[in-house]
Amino acid sequence: MSQVVGQSLAHESATLHVSGAAQYIDDLPELAGTLHAAFGLSTIAHGRITKLDLAPVLRAPGVAAVLTAKDIPGLNDCGPIIHDDPILADGLVLFYGQPIFVVLAETHEAARRAARKAVIEYEALPALLDIAEAVAAESWVLPPVTMTRNDAQAALAAAPHRLQGTARHGGQEHFYLEGQIAYARPGEQDTMHVFSSTQHPTEMQHAVAHMLHWTSHQVSVECRRMGGGFGGKESQSAQIACAAALGAWKTGRPVKLRLDRDDDMTLTGKRHDFAFDWDVGFDDSGRILGLAVTMASRCGFSADLSGPVNDRALCHIDNCYYLDAVTVKSLRCRTNTVSNTAFRGFGGPQGMFAIEYIIDDIARELGLDPLDVRFRNLYDPMPMNSPLAPAGRGAGGEGGMHDDTLSPAPSPAGGRGERNTTPYGAKVEDNVAPALIDELARTSDYAARRAAIAAFNASSPVIKRGLALTPLKFGISFNATLYNQAGSVVHVYADGTVLVSHGGTEMGQGLYTKIRQVVAHELGLPASAVRLAATDTSRVPNTSATAASSGADLNGKAAQAAALKIKTRLAAFFATQHGLSADAVSFADGEVRGGSHSMSFADLAIAAYRARLQLWDSGFYSTPKIHWNKDAMQGRPFFYYAYGAACAEVAIDTLTGESKVLRVDILHDVGKSLNPALDIGQIEGGFIQGMGWLTTEELWFRPSGAQRGRNMTHAPSTYKIPAASDVPPVFNVKLFDNANVEDTIHKSKAVGEPPLMLAFAVFFALRDACSAAIGKPAPLQAPATAEAVLRAIGGLDA
Amino acid sequence: MSQRPIQFWFRGQLVPVSQVSPQRTVLQWLREDQHACGSKEGCGEGDCGACTVVVGSRDDAAPGGVRLEAVNSCIQFLPTLDGKALFTVEDLANGDALHPLQQAMVDCHGSQCGFCTPGFVMSMWAQYDTRQATGGGVPSRDEVNDCLSGNLCRCTGYRPIVDAACAAWEAPAQKLDRAPLRAVLDTLAAMTALEYEHAGQRFFAPRSIEALAVLCETHPEARILAGSTDVGLWVTKQLRDLGDILYIGAVDELKRITVAADAIEIGAGATLTDAFAALCAEDAQWTDLARRFASVPVRNAGTLGGNVANGSPIGDSMPALIALGTRIVLQKGASIREMALEDFYLAYQKTAREPGEFVRALRVPRRREEVLFRTWKISKRADQDISAVCAAFALRLDAGVVTQARIAFGGMAATPRRAALAEAALQGQPLSETSIRAAMTALAQDYQPLDDMRATAGYRMQVAQNLLWRLWLEHAGSAVSLAEVSA
Repeated sequence: MSQVVGQSLAHESATLHVSGAAQYIDDLPELAGTLHAAFGLSTIAHGRITKLDLAPVLRAPGVAAVLTAKDIPGLNDCGPIIHDDPILADGLVLFYGQPIFVVLAETHEAARRAARKAVIEYEALPALLDIAEAVAAESWVLPPVTMTRNDAQAALAAAPHRLQGTARHGGQEHFYLEGQIAYARPGEQDTMHVFSSTQHPTEMQHAVAHMLHWTSHQVSVECRRMGGGFGGKESQSAQIACAAALGAWKTGRPVKLRLDRDDDMTLTGKRHDFAFDWDVGFDDSGRILGLAVTMASRCGFSADLSGPVNDRALCHIDNCYYLDAVTVKSLRCRTNTVSNTAFRGFGGPQGMFAIEYIIDDIARELGLDPLDVRFRNLYDPMPMNSPLAPAGRGAGGEGGMHDDTLSPAPSPAGGRGERNTTPYGAKVEDNVAPALIDELARTSDYAARRAAIAAFNASSPVIKRGLALTPLKFGISFNATLYNQAGSVVHVYADGTVLVSHGGTEMGQGLYTKIRQVVAHELGLPASAVRLAATDTSRVPNTSATAASSGADLNGKAAQAAALKIKTRLAAFFATQHGLSADAVSFADGEVRGGSHSMSFADLAIAAYRARLQLWDSGFYSTPKIHWNKDAMQGRPFFYYAYGAACAEVAIDTLTGESKVLRVDILHDVGKSLNPALDIGQIEGGFIQGMGWLTTEELWFRPSGAQRGRNMTHAPSTYKIPAASDVPPVFNVKLFDNANVEDTIHKSKAVGEPPLMLAFAVFFALRDACSAAIGKPAPLQAPATAEAVLRAIGGLDA
Repeated sequence: MSQRPIQFWFRGQLVPVSQVSPQRTVLQWLREDQHACGSKEGCGEGDCGACTVVVGSRDDAAPGGVRLEAVNSCIQFLPTLDGKALFTVEDLANGDALHPLQQAMVDCHGSQCGFCTPGFVMSMWAQYDTRQATGGGVPSRDEVNDCLSGNLCRCTGYRPIVDAACAAWEAPAQKLDRAPLRAVLDTLAAMTALEYEHAGQRFFAPRSIEALAVLCETHPEARILAGSTDVGLWVTKQLRDLGDILYIGAVDELKRITVAADAIEIGAGATLTDAFAALCAEDAQWTDLARRFASVPVRNAGTLGGNVANGSPIGDSMPALIALGTRIVLQKGASIREMALEDFYLAYQKTAREPGEFVRALRVPRRREEVLFRTWKISKRADQDISAVCAAFALRLDAGVVTQARIAFGGMAATPRRAALAEAALQGQPLSETSIRAAMTALAQDYQPLDDMRATAGYRMQVAQNLLWRLWLEHAGSAVSLAEVSA
């Protein structure tokens, strides 16, 4: 039989998806007596509640109860790390749209209508809305952190060239198509089962238990599938799960809380926006000698996951580049806005945005092609030649390009040797960036197109085109070592069918499909013989979030371990029956074979059951080799790195600032793919999502007036994610041929987050076009909306 | 009032519905009353498409006399289905055999989380079945992109979905049997006009202009409803009670589009899809605006009359209609009056429509060779977005001299409005770089735009001026648009 692993099997729920039969939480048949909940939200960014009259809410048609912080028997907190995240505001409002109460009613609509009837008065307090205000006030959710290697200031002072700059990028709304939802069902003897659309069932379990002052074994949390997550249902689902469970506990009735889209976008956290200031020193070739960066992020009103997000930003400011003398200061700003959270990339995109901008600046300062400068700064092994060399240079970009052959750079002062250690002390042992970039530069015809674009721009006054090729290196594993563990339980039933439970969650990425392939492969079964059970804390405990791209890495290994135990036991049983050595037994094509004997897996299963053999087992996995000292910001936080690169060509209209992506070529490293179709799906989807972040997706909080601090981009009518027509008309996506050097599940690599950062190619191509329009480096900021583009080319100066 | 239930074709039979609020949405009815959960709620405002269903209606010009159109069920009120057929994602498969489109979605890996998928499938099905019936053949990628302009997917990056829409054509065709459906729709059409009441709230769906005029006069406080692409949000987002509803969508005469010698008369009930088809046929300058105006489902449900009557400062049809000198026809009782469209707008969301009066039609002057007409919409996203600025220019040129200048903008003031000073700067002048520069300067005095989430005031003004410059460049033959650039 063909191997199941490595095949492009369809998503295990694909048939259900396309026929509308896949059940999301709002589709589950409701139990009789189900109540529907809605939050009452604050209408001020910061203030004390001086009056809270909920009598009109209680009087509204269909209302059963109204609950406030006072009704919470345990901890009024749903923060994942630090306990600063109230489920319901208790006297103090910290952002516009913060939940103050929850109303329970007979229908969803009745609850929403009633929620608006509260009479709330506030004593307003000063509100900090953005990074600049928070930095000026030294308002932090967590203390600043600095990551340093060598003496950046000395290197800056000694560098032949020095450049200061700033850049910023916006936040990003997750816009999972299925909004936040939880359905809590009270059970006997103080127990609660919560259906939660969450990436982190165990954390939901803990939050609900803490809120009710219960223990973990009283609460179970289940999630069969989410309609998208992207990080937005890692910690942010807790408030919804807790409020539903609170209602169920209080009334003894099942309670469903489904947020209306506007409420969802108003009250849940988003990707952190960042502002960067830097001072960089470099040589004539553009190689960075010293770098000092301050990165400030808008964390919002509470810490949430801002600590690890900002740590990951620090650990990705190097991207693919060796930074010898570097100091990076990370400021974690407390503002009176939603608490920003995990979002695909988790700080990685933010850190990498900075270094890509810095390198782009260096290239433009020196009149070099940015790709040359990128190449010269890569970690060892260094390429000896620029990828542009063989194809010839053409007319070059702005100001032409530099010499094509690089002499090997002298080792940095002090003889520290190879340029392959990150600023946080980890050695880059699997660097494929040079080869990958080289291949993409050739297959995308970068050099020739660079020349053609320069020629086009010389004769096109209104439309300008731009080109960029950007690489990525993304660390795989949770920075916090403890999360890098997973469990699984594999049931083989006596008829030979298999049910797999594991701690990962399915949000569309295809995790269940990959796990199915892994288990089917191990037991020599067709994928159809293996079914995945809904993720449930009562089946597999103490799960980590399905996050950090780690779902298949961790849970795949755990499921494989469980299957292997069963297989080993069955092989020994079969071998004993036929007088064989267990090594001679193989599992394939739904059959078990050894010597001249064979039987179907199903027959073996029933025989083993009758012989009183354990047909089910559990598996556990913890990632090896990793360690992390959070205080020193040193260690090996990542098991390995995933790599990729994209080349994008764009055009801008210099009269309106509108832009269009014309062509994109992607080469991405997924190791040895478990499922190429699913991996390409992640790459394309991640790229388009990243493109949205950097182009059309703009969050806008009202800067002044009575509704100061209100997010006015709280619906798809005002917040614009990419649509079908925004996809590049030429879109070539390929997998880079590369088995993981580490022992990962079938030598594959994680794929969830890294491709988002491929979208830098679009942003820097836009900056290239803007710079072509004005003949100097354009100060383009992200998102590069039409207005931002026009501003960057000076079109709004008049 | 003569009561009968709302009646429509659903799951192979005629379904009578009563005892539901007239402002209950089709999606609420499907999910909560029928427990048919294939259609999803993603946004509740017609912007994401997860709730997309297909509505079948009588149309002699359509294949088999049945028109199939994708609409957003989250903002359609249930009584508007009266006399129609409703199809959802659950209707497509034949037992265990998936529809070719569904199978292609599986084979092309077109679903990831799957939540948006039913809506995509329905948008594609309306296109597929219509093209099968008309012999339209495999759609181009651009046609698929337009078909999907109202469906958001956050997982896939769309490529495999577009592939699926094309790949479905490789399988044997599976077509809706239209003849029996048409017969059912004819039966429904023979029933009395719907006058529906629930809990004191009434929903009138007259079948003739005369009946509409009578109802308008006798119920001047009733909310006139056309496509509900905006009014729907008053209910789903603002949670408003609409009171009595006077639905114009059952008045066939109001949907008529007549091309006369001097003007195209577009009935107030004509959908945006139909209205733009007529306008684009008249002048290709409308094409880009028509595409960017809104998504296909919104264009299918929304009407040009509704866009105009609603009077939003960011309504995208009005600048071009005003620039062309469109007149609006209003009716009250038996009396009909008309006025220049720009005179219809009095102040922010305030129009000249009197109580008891309704918009009957729009009269758009025919294209004239000597008139230089251009209209552009500028927004963050190309498809299904709201304008930062919407511009329209109609300059009558006689021997190179501007003998009549009509310039109108949306997004620049409290109403769609003409730019009097910019027009004056061009009036009587040769169209030249000099006169255009003067008009650009004058424009700064015409408007005081606002800062909001779509754009700053500065950007709006600059782009408005730059579009005048683009007009000149195009006229001079030296402008290139983004649409013309490819890799």
